[in-house]
Amino acid sequence: MKLTRRDALALGAGAAVFAVAGGRAGSAWAGLEDTEKAVMEFTGGATPASGRITLDAPEIAENGNTVPISVSVESPMTDDDYVASVLILAEGNPNPDVATLHFTPMSGAAEATTRMRLAKTQNVIAVAKMSDGSVFMDKKEVKVTIGGCGG
Amino acid sequence: MDIRKLGLAAALGLTAGMAFGPAQSDPVDDTLVIDGETEITTRAKAVEGVPFDEVISGWHYRTDETREVEADSFANPGMLYVERGEEIWNTVDGAAGKSCASCHDNAAESMRGVGAEYPKWNAAAGKPYNLELFINDHRVEKMQAEPYKFDAADQKALVTFVKHQSFGMPVKVDLEAGDMKAWWEQGKERYYTRTGQLNMSCATCHEDNNGNYIRADHLSQGNVNGFPTYRLKQSNMVSLHNRFRGCIRDTRATYPAAFSDDLMALEVYVTWRGTGLSVETPAVRQ
Amino acid sequence: MAEPKPRVKVPKTASKGDVVTIKTLISHEMESGQRKDKEGNVIPRKIINKFTCTFNDKEVFSCDLDPAVAANPYFEFNAKVDESGTFVFTWVDDDGSVYTSESEIEVN
Repeated sequence: MKLTRRDALALGAGAAVFAVAGGRAGSAWAGLEDTEKAVMEFTGGATPASGRITLDAPEIAENGNTVPISVSVESPMTDDDYVASVLILAEGNPNPDVATLHFTPMSGAAEATTRMRLAKTQNVIAVAKMSDGSVFMDKKEVKVTIGGCGG
Repeated sequence: MDIRKLGLAAALGLTAGMAFGPAQSDPVDDTLVIDGETEITTRAKAVEGVPFDEVISGWHYRTDETREVEADSFANPGMLYVERGEEIWNTVDGAAGKSCASCHDNAAESMRGVGAEYPKWNAAAGKPYNLELFINDHRVEKMQAEPYKFDAADQKALVTFVKHQSFGMPVKVDLEAGDMKAWWEQGKERYYTRTGQLNMSCATCHEDNNGNYIRADHLSQGNVNGFPTYRLKQSNMVSLHNRFRGCIRDTRATYPAAFSDDLMALEVYVTWRGTGLSVETPAVRQ
Repeated sequence: MAEPKPRVKVPKTASKGDVVTIKTLISHEMESGQRKDKEGNVIPRKIINKFTCTFNDKEVFSCDLDPAVAANPYFEFNAKVDESGTFVFTWVDDDGSVYTSESEIEVN
């Protein structure tokens, strides 16, 4: 899906409801503009379609410093048809970039798990680029809470 | 939640901006099996004197994702520190030219069960010792090396490694030795004494409100069978005395020095409360 | 922590054509460059910025890491194995250090 102005407004409102004070007052946060720009750079200007890629992340992260995320993309992973890369972004971090995963036909399956940092409640975005250049996207909101003692 | 707790939550909420949430949720009904092989005792019948029927590991109070990380010995980042501790165990340090291994050989044999019995009465010192104090004495006396400063990276790694040699064994504190009973009494008093601007004791959270939420945190019984524990917040090992100090600090009280009599007594009492739970070191917590 | 140390988990054996799961972990603080020290000075960024896994010299999986990857970077991914051989894992640090680990797999 494309990040339309309406999405951006809706997300902004959501962030205002769920956001909790980050510890870095004064820092600039990545905006949706930065995120959209990063997506467009990755896709070469193409708008990602929905489907084929699944992003798994906890609905509520126990601690924002270590949030497990997994991506999985439907693909035969043959020499002619495979997933080339998956871009992972966090639109509410100081910088939206998290990681870019590169697969090959030798990966066998386009699935990977890692752990990331989330500064506050926000959307995590994963964009897959296939060997034919087509692009797909999935998005999950992860709530990051400041605990009584854990946060 | 009874009236007393509601009153407490309201008072805290109004005066201090901290509140125990209305949501109560039971510890998760799950079984901790490491790598699908080793079952860990995370619930045990409480020993006489503990005000619960059953003592429950903090593992049951964590989210699915966090519990899964602990259940996979590879995914558990605490194991990195176990490996680092093994290196330290085998590394010569100090003027005597010795490593831990010079005297204690293979830790898997010599340290098996040792960590499960700490804190332990030390007759020479006339007080209970934990592994940190034990290791520092040996560094000074046997190795002629510098004692570790509190929470030095190597101290945390070595204690994690030694404690891990008792992985899966039940926590068992010997209260019959020396003056352990008196230290236990002192620790118990500390546990129930309210301190700080928030006027909270250990019992406020971990006894009266365990199972409730304090803001976003699901309060456990505060058992310490998993220490040193890998905390997601610090992305590092956290020692028991660091956690004690952190808890006391959070009540907005002046916190005692690590290994002070105050905290050693608390360690004796709190460790004893978890008697029968398996050593989980390195546990994974939020 | 001392010198970053990698850990990898690869099955010792597999059948030809199997897709095996690989797990890797390395001890590293992943200093983000966003934090300040007690004096208020920014602590310089120092992260693992690249991870690569090859099998018999051919790339299987790699990742470009940004500071939002959590400390002690963990990766779980797959590899399709058609022959016996060696996996080589490489982590590149901002300071230029390179950490490597190798694992053999027997494919029947």
